[in-house]
Amino acid sequence: MAHKNIIPIGPQHPVLPEPIHFDLVTEDEKIVDAIPSISYVHRGLERLVEKRDFLDFVHVADRICGLCSFMHSMGYCQAVEEIMGVEVPQRALYLRSIWAELSRIHSHIFWLGVAADAFGFESLFMQAMRQREQVLDIFEETTGGRVILGVCKVGGVRRDISADTLKGIVKRLTKLKKDLEEIGSVFINDYSVQHRLCGVGFISREDAYTLGCLGPMARASGLFIDMRALGYAAYKFLEFEPMVETAGDCHARCLVRIRENYHSIDLIRQAVDKIPEGPFAVTVKGVPDGEYFSRVEQPRGEVIHYVKGNGSRFLQRFRVRVPTFSNIPAMIRVLKGAEIADVPNIILTIDPCISCTER
Amino acid sequence: MSEPQEIIPIAKHDLVGIVADLFADGHRLVQIGCSTLTDAYELNYSFDKEYRFRNLRVTVTPGEEIPSISVIYPNAFLYENEIHDLFGVSIRNIAVDYRGTLYRTAIRTPFSIDNVKLPEPPKQKVQPSGDSPVSAKVPAGMSEQQKD
Repeated sequence: MAHKNIIPIGPQHPVLPEPIHFDLVTEDEKIVDAIPSISYVHRGLERLVEKRDFLDFVHVADRICGLCSFMHSMGYCQAVEEIMGVEVPQRALYLRSIWAELSRIHSHIFWLGVAADAFGFESLFMQAMRQREQVLDIFEETTGGRVILGVCKVGGVRRDISADTLKGIVKRLTKLKKDLEEIGSVFINDYSVQHRLCGVGFISREDAYTLGCLGPMARASGLFIDMRALGYAAYKFLEFEPMVETAGDCHARCLVRIRENYHSIDLIRQAVDKIPEGPFAVTVKGVPDGEYFSRVEQPRGEVIHYVKGNGSRFLQRFRVRVPTFSNIPAMIRVLKGAEIADVPNIILTIDPCISCTER
Repeated sequence: MSEPQEIIPIAKHDLVGIVADLFADGHRLVQIGCSTLTDAYELNYSFDKEYRFRNLRVTVTPGEEIPSISVIYPNAFLYENEIHDLFGVSIRNIAVDYRGTLYRTAIRTPFSIDNVKLPEPPKQKVQPSGDSPVSAKVPAGMSEQQKD
């Protein structure tokens, strides 16, 4: 008869990038249940709207998370702009899309490296981090920051990028694409990687939809859910398509992220070709009085920024629902029936961002 | 970008029935959020189908209990536990109930009515009547001494 054990994982674990705890109920090597536990990095950022003017709060939104920094500030700004009826200049929309896609590329490359580290492929992890530095260099040259960009503001963006710099970015990303193809081919074709990822952590399309899966985790199970289809920022002017796989396992999630990297490089090239001249910000007058749910596609999935103002300079409510929060129930379902040795890979394939989850 | 969004106020007793209809219709649960009002809590249940976003809004008073929808949408349990721990709203029959231990904060229910300081809305300007100008601070018919 199988003997039941409870094995705790986290909050401190070599494989976990951020603190989250799981109590895994196991029978021999198989997991029969998983109970997540969070609140190790809950900062109560949502209540800071009481003390920060709505224009200044974008700096707090930037700091909800390091990897998703720009998308948080963009989602927040979009919500406030929608409430106030601010018409953001087209050039600013294109610049936001370029920075957003660069954020997606650097986040996915970071994930690829961390996933390689999780199944013990240290050299692949090092190579991925080395490729990621090219994107961080672009961030530093265009915004002054490598991780927290601080470049989005209500009414537009704080900095412009010159035409020469934009062309230079496209050249560097073309070179990066070749480098990414090298490490991507290892994820796709290497026997040992396939052995660790194929058939592991399967979730069906129906379960993924019912359990609220988002982002690459949903798209790896055949769901066409990508908020860029709404056409926010400059996406309505770009030829965009969601990258979808159907296998529904860890390897499919890996493939989705690799393909999204290439697609993001193409979106940036399109944006640079089409970006119009003109102002990159407008002066914002007045205060927000109303509410709006802004939806943005972060690297991990759909993020909701709910903003409610009552006509004062301090917002009444700011709520963030991040994709990792929505993916946790699906991850629990995937963990059930898995082997103990596969737990790190499964946890990492939702690309957990716990600082976003807990705010 | 302006995405059409519906916000539909509903009564507490209609919640489970309407959510069951939305589930049968193929909607996915996007989020459950809570906002603190002056003397109540406003819960937003957000759903999406084919990029059409709609919200059900339920207003509850402190101490009032609402039913869980985790029997219909299993992933609702995390949102409902979060609302219970941060706002103190009682939700009955949550599928996985952490009983107040999901968020371990230094003060209990940090987002509840007692702890949140809502911003003051701006004062309404009094519309002038006839020819005599009226200051916004002094209502018509009241002298400067009387306003204190």
